[in-house]
Amino acid sequence: MTGAPLLELDKLSTHYVSAQGSRVVRAVDEVTLSIHAGETLGIVGESGSGKSTLALTILRVLPPAARIVSGRMMFEGEDLVTKSDEEMRHVRGKRIAMILQDPMASLNPLFTIGDQVSEPIRVHEGESRAKAWTRARELLKAVRIPSPETRLTQYPHEMSGGMRQRIVGAIGIACEPRLLIADEPTTSLDLTIQAQYLKLLGDLQKAHGLALIFITHNLGIVAKMCDQLAVMYAGRVVESGPVSQIFNRPAHPYTRALLNSIPVMGDPDKRLTAIDGQPPDMSTMPPGCSFAPRCTSVMPRCREAEPPPFVVGEGRISRCWLAEPATGGAELRVAGGVA
Amino acid sequence: MSTPADVIRLPSPAPRFTALRTFRIGDFPVIPVLILGVITFAAIFANLLAPHNPEVGSLAARFKPPFWLAGGSTEYLLGTDQLGRDVLSRLIFGARVSMVVGFTAVMVAGVIGTVLGIMAGYIGGWVDQVIMRLTDTWLALPALTFAIFLAAIVGPSMWNIVIILGAVYWTRYARVIRGEVLSLKEREFVRLAIVAGCSKPTIMLRHILPNVINSAIVLATLMLGVVIVTEASLSFLGVGVPPPEPAWGLMLSDGKQGLMVGYWWLTVFPGGCIVLMVLSANLIGDWLRVKLDPQLRQL
Amino acid sequence: MAVIEATGLSKHFSSRRMFGGHHGVVRAVDDISFTIERGQTLGIVGESGCGKTTTAKLVLGLEQPTGGIMRFEGQDLNDLDKAGRRVYRKSVQAVFQDPYASLNPRMRISSIIAEPLITNEDLPAVTVRKRVLEMLDLVGLPARAADLFPHEFSGGQRQRIAIARALALSPKLIVLDEPVSALDVSIRAQILNLLRDLQTRLGVSYLFIAHDLAAVGHMSHTIAVMYLGKIVETGEARELALNPKHPYTEALFSAALPSHPDERREEIILPGEVPSPINPPSGCRFHPRCPQAMARCAVDVPTLRDIGGRIVSCHLYDEAAAQATRAAMPFEAVARAG
Repeated sequence: MTGAPLLELDKLSTHYVSAQGSRVVRAVDEVTLSIHAGETLGIVGESGSGKSTLALTILRVLPPAARIVSGRMMFEGEDLVTKSDEEMRHVRGKRIAMILQDPMASLNPLFTIGDQVSEPIRVHEGESRAKAWTRARELLKAVRIPSPETRLTQYPHEMSGGMRQRIVGAIGIACEPRLLIADEPTTSLDLTIQAQYLKLLGDLQKAHGLALIFITHNLGIVAKMCDQLAVMYAGRVVESGPVSQIFNRPAHPYTRALLNSIPVMGDPDKRLTAIDGQPPDMSTMPPGCSFAPRCTSVMPRCREAEPPPFVVGEGRISRCWLAEPATGGAELRVAGGVA
Repeated sequence: MSTPADVIRLPSPAPRFTALRTFRIGDFPVIPVLILGVITFAAIFANLLAPHNPEVGSLAARFKPPFWLAGGSTEYLLGTDQLGRDVLSRLIFGARVSMVVGFTAVMVAGVIGTVLGIMAGYIGGWVDQVIMRLTDTWLALPALTFAIFLAAIVGPSMWNIVIILGAVYWTRYARVIRGEVLSLKEREFVRLAIVAGCSKPTIMLRHILPNVINSAIVLATLMLGVVIVTEASLSFLGVGVPPPEPAWGLMLSDGKQGLMVGYWWLTVFPGGCIVLMVLSANLIGDWLRVKLDPQLRQL
Repeated sequence: MAVIEATGLSKHFSSRRMFGGHHGVVRAVDDISFTIERGQTLGIVGESGCGKTTTAKLVLGLEQPTGGIMRFEGQDLNDLDKAGRRVYRKSVQAVFQDPYASLNPRMRISSIIAEPLITNEDLPAVTVRKRVLEMLDLVGLPARAADLFPHEFSGGQRQRIAIARALALSPKLIVLDEPVSALDVSIRAQILNLLRDLQTRLGVSYLFIAHDLAAVGHMSHTIAVMYLGKIVETGEARELALNPKHPYTEALFSAALPSHPDERREEIILPGEVPSPINPPSGCRFHPRCPQAMARCAVDVPTLRDIGGRIVSCHLYDEAAAQATRAAMPFEAVARAG
């Protein structure tokens, strides 16, 4: 992709500080990422890896205990970190939208579908109710909801889970945002409904030239949907780059272990490579690399110093000492291939 | 077994009473606990603390005011009543009546209500129907009137009052506990216990009861105030603890004529004691509810 | 010998609307047959409402079937006396999805693991304790864990404890209902590997239920695909995954997420959603969504047919139609999967 990125995160850090100020959790730690228009970026991590906090940071809807402590977020040439709350209100929902995991909790049970889909249009574009409803009908059609006229006047409980999730999608794209963030958008859906929904998101992306960020723990969604991948572990992006390159030649031991730990369809005899131990406790992080206690290729220096992001290819970085140019990232590239 | 490198890190063993660790000093209700502590202390050591016999007075020393007023003496620190009995001593022994009645009645109500609540919630079906309809009927009766009615039938005595209060207030436990059990019995550990072959009584005793006990304790603290006020009301109305036993409600009742002619100490002191005790119990109950409830939900 | 053999098993719930009137029957499980062989795993896949959880409950005895026969080691469960039922109950244990709700928060790990033993067998305390420590060792937890409470463990460790408890009575069959879906991705492989090792070592059978097709495929010897209370296809796990016969199986597996971005599959997007089991479609229950539906699918209920070791319930494999498609199908499907 050429040209300036749509969104560029530069050493962005968000910390949670406890009430007494004694405990600091570095939920997002020096994250550098970028996404171009029309691209799909997958952010993968386990629970507590900071991936959801990162999404909240981009939208600036953090809980009170969290602070953006450093870094920049350049979105269409403007730094979102320095924007006032009022200015951010005009960005959210209009230029950056978000789809959440639970379609039931995302919709207000007391309002009709029409009211909820037209709400962002009325808020951000000051359209009249009638005009906004006409647009809402078009949106329901766009997310392939049958007989949209009748659906507009119905309430969320009258719809199935898959349909609700599509309505949440319709609200997301109501103001034709430039960037859509989807936080675990399909975890509560059945497989065939998930397939419908992912296809819909892909089609919407093509039709509107959207940039899409998938926040997920599921590498399958990344394999299916994304161009770019960022793997988060303990608040840091440990590896990022083009999806197929990372799947073929993971540079970071965590990425490699993660890929090897997933069962592959039609290969039941393969023994899964389990990752030993537990994800780290974010409030008491060990010095050095946070993955070191679970890493199979750990070296003494991993426990002493935190590895900086090393460039391991075009548009690829890895936060691992193995990727340091002198010690031979090449060796790892050979070793790290996925069968 | 499994992978040899499967090193599992475990936390160091926690102290036995993990619940105690959650009680931090920060928001601890110091004053209510102190007040309740003093009243309990007085109730336990009434014999040693009281300067006079609470039931015997000397008619020569009737209506003595507290010591700081003209005519008062340090012999009767808080004055005397119409029979010349020492008010302070009666208050101290009255604490014993209130505590005994309060705690045992709450216990009786708690045991009846918790057992019925667990049975209704866990067994369900007609057992649930019977218990809950009974509860509804019970709740429809005005508590105080009901208590007076029962007291009139069985006759007044301290232990009868305990049983009456228990019989009147068990319904609140039954409702709350049943609700809790309904959600608990859908939990997977209960289903696994069925799979393991545990009998219904075992499941109720080992899996349900320990998990509702927190709620029962919170409810008990909140109920303590209600029960003490009802006991005082019954005594005030003459169907409670029979005289000459020094109950606070009875003291209020006896002192009410004196109020008109300026013998205020006969009513203000027992009244104040009731207020302080009920208030303390409620504050402690509120605090416990906040402390124990979220934990219960989490676990 | 088969540990469990179910024939024509059904579970119908009567649903009553408030204020009487409308009576409906929910056919949660409707006339299904399956076999779980000793030391093997039967995987059941399907979407919500397909009846896989009800099937698990029937096997566990948490629900009583409204029709059909279930045999345990050749014995009809209905013919068992009290002692026989006791043996059956001891032989079938379970591990559920949520490791946080599976362990009683007020019990120590030792009591949790010992409970099935104490309930079912009259053993001295020393023997029970020994057995508990053995079980902990088996699932890779240190002996020290016995004296702790559940909240002191992480999700993966709790699931190990749940497995240890299920193993305490040396059961013949363990029902695994979504055993890893609540766990972190990096922990799942630990538990799946543990379950497979235990099977090899102890010869225990599993009934594995999960929505993650890859995990089911990885764990199972045989897979049964359920749709709206019916089993539509049963077959050897790898074969079934790579070469599905029933159109629903085909669509389901094509909807599974790829494990690699270069994996290109023809995707079959099914229209609509799973209908309500109260009023299932006539004929073949899948016909309103089926891309290959024929006129007779709306009328005739398809019967189970054995085609080369695969049991399929679809009119496509009726004698006449079968001859036309049989030659073409496998090649197409193999090419697609590769």
